[in-house]
Amino acid sequence: MNLEKVVFGFFIVLAATLNFGFFIGDIARPELHHIYELFAAIVVNLIATTLKFGDRTQIGAIHLATSLVADLQLIAAAVTWGFAVHVLGLGMTPEITASVVSLSGGALFANVVSVILLIAETLMMRR
Amino acid sequence: MSVINDSVLFLVLRRMRAPLIVMILIYAISIFGLVLIPGVTADGRPSPPMSFFDAFYFISYTASTIGFGEIPNAFSYGQRFWVTVCIYLTVIGWTYSILSILNLLKEEGLQRALANNRFRRKINNLSEPFCIICGVGETGALICKTLDQVQMRFVVIDTRSEPLAELELGDYVADVPALHADAQLPATLLMAGLRHNNCKAVLAVTNNDEANLAIAMNVRLLNPGIPVIARAEHAATASNMESFGTNFIVDPYTLYARRLALAMRSPPSYRLVEWLTRVPGTPQPELHKPPTGKWIICGYGHFGRAIVQRLDSMGLHDNVRIIDPRPTSPDDHISIVSAGTEANPLIDAGIKDAVGLVAASDNDINNLSIAITARELNPDLFIVMRQSSSGNSQLFEAFDADLTMITTQTVAHACLSYLTTPMLSRFIREVEKQPAEWAAELLDALSPVCSGLVPFVWTTRINRIKTPALNNALLHAEQTIPLSVMMTSNRNRDIGLKLVPLMLERAGQLILRPAADMPLHSGDKIIWAGTRDAWNEQKLTSSYVNALEYVITGHSVTGSWLGKYLNS
Repeated sequence: MNLEKVVFGFFIVLAATLNFGFFIGDIARPELHHIYELFAAIVVNLIATTLKFGDRTQIGAIHLATSLVADLQLIAAAVTWGFAVHVLGLGMTPEITASVVSLSGGALFANVVSVILLIAETLMMRR
Repeated sequence: MSVINDSVLFLVLRRMRAPLIVMILIYAISIFGLVLIPGVTADGRPSPPMSFFDAFYFISYTASTIGFGEIPNAFSYGQRFWVTVCIYLTVIGWTYSILSILNLLKEEGLQRALANNRFRRKINNLSEPFCIICGVGETGALICKTLDQVQMRFVVIDTRSEPLAELELGDYVADVPALHADAQLPATLLMAGLRHNNCKAVLAVTNNDEANLAIAMNVRLLNPGIPVIARAEHAATASNMESFGTNFIVDPYTLYARRLALAMRSPPSYRLVEWLTRVPGTPQPELHKPPTGKWIICGYGHFGRAIVQRLDSMGLHDNVRIIDPRPTSPDDHISIVSAGTEANPLIDAGIKDAVGLVAASDNDINNLSIAITARELNPDLFIVMRQSSSGNSQLFEAFDADLTMITTQTVAHACLSYLTTPMLSRFIREVEKQPAEWAAELLDALSPVCSGLVPFVWTTRINRIKTPALNNALLHAEQTIPLSVMMTSNRNRDIGLKLVPLMLERAGQLILRPAADMPLHSGDKIIWAGTRDAWNEQKLTSSYVNALEYVITGHSVTGSWLGKYLNS
């Protein structure tokens, strides 16, 4: 067992699960989507991205790309949230909530691709 | 190229993983703390904690030590406690990241990757013909200097970094890509441009025979089309190199022995060869006349053996005495087992009635000692010395032997004459066949041209690429064009250029000292000696139609459309 691999897998799966936790629930109801969960998803996604730096293989490149996509989507969701609440002063209306959650849904898709890659990589390693 | 660039980027990213993760965590913890801790309103009542946006904003300007004073409200004590922690955390985080980056920049692996990158880029951008020089010791440095003078580009490889650093400080006209690596490895040679379209030759001139052998072999296998010039100090290496077709093997000892024999037989021929093979622009060597008679050879190594062989072939077999510390040495020569540094063995060898002595051992100090003792015993002796290390130059100059064989220089001169004028070695072979009078005559012709300095030697091929105008004229002209066209100034056709044609090669036939009225043919190869200015002017005449027209007919022609229009 390789500790580095454990940490790597842990963060990738955690990024996906946190993202999923935030995403799940009625898309337009703000009480079903807690901001702490979005925050945690962003942090863990950023860490997962950093862990993928410096791998020259093809699969490593795709890994990094999916992670960057997820980061972008989640940060866009957070910016939308902050802008709606603080700048526009609208609060979490169903429309805003829906766009934040759908952005995180896109990130979830990228994270799922990441997890699939992880599984594929593991299966490809024959003993 | 991009592969290597990527590798630098990946290396940096990989090393930056830990500091980046630390920074992300510190930001996350700080922000999360601020989001949890309740604040206080202006009148002292508790208020809800900061929002994520406020917290991120606050930490961003605090962590980057910008210290922007704008905060939404005065902080509660809880918030102040936490912000104190945050400040220390983030400063530590930043310091750690910056130190990591600095460390990474200092790291040898990255430095080497960057240097290799730069080198590769330089090689890729080389648009002129170049050669690869493996080893820039004394020999290599001398070759570099001269190649730079004749405007030939080169790439150097050496395993030691000091000579490369010296090269960087050297006064070179062209940029010299230098690689600090082992040229015996195929990857190194490939990186230096062995398969580059403009690579013209590889020189293996390290002072290690084994390395030279490996380089020659690598080039043979990796790019057989490229000539290899290799230095070989041992006969075994030379024959090994020959076995796989090394183009030009420089064995300084055999070469020098051959020249010494030439000097004995015909001093002017030797002088001529010296003039043509030395570094152009340096003072001419003086005339040496090694006498024939009884010779004493001290040291029967590779050099001593080469000289004895030459002397034997000149019929001096019975006049050769050999002094060598190893008892195994010579076959049917009169020999004495000794180092030769004391007087007695020299007297035993007959120093009193000898005409010449060769101090040929591989130890510079022993050679000096032999020579000094010998000169004391017989002041009229003609002394030839072998100098292995240029560090002892002052000693050898102070002693002032009649001839000094400096290994590194001999190798450099041989390599240079092969590289710059491939025809020269054939010309020298012809010179060796000619009588002394012939050489003396040619020397007389050369003297006014070179005004006391070693002349510049070059080859001209008459073809479409090298001499477009002349070639075109030869193919289309009705009357023949004489060689004198290439010997005339294009500014005033009554003035001759300062040059002498040495030899003309036409369809495998060699014509020594071609006459000025000899008709030229397309495809001729001519070897010249003269000044650099003459070379430049000749190049212009033979490649520029109007200059050629003037030299042939005496009419000054204008080539431009406007000029033609105005003239008509």
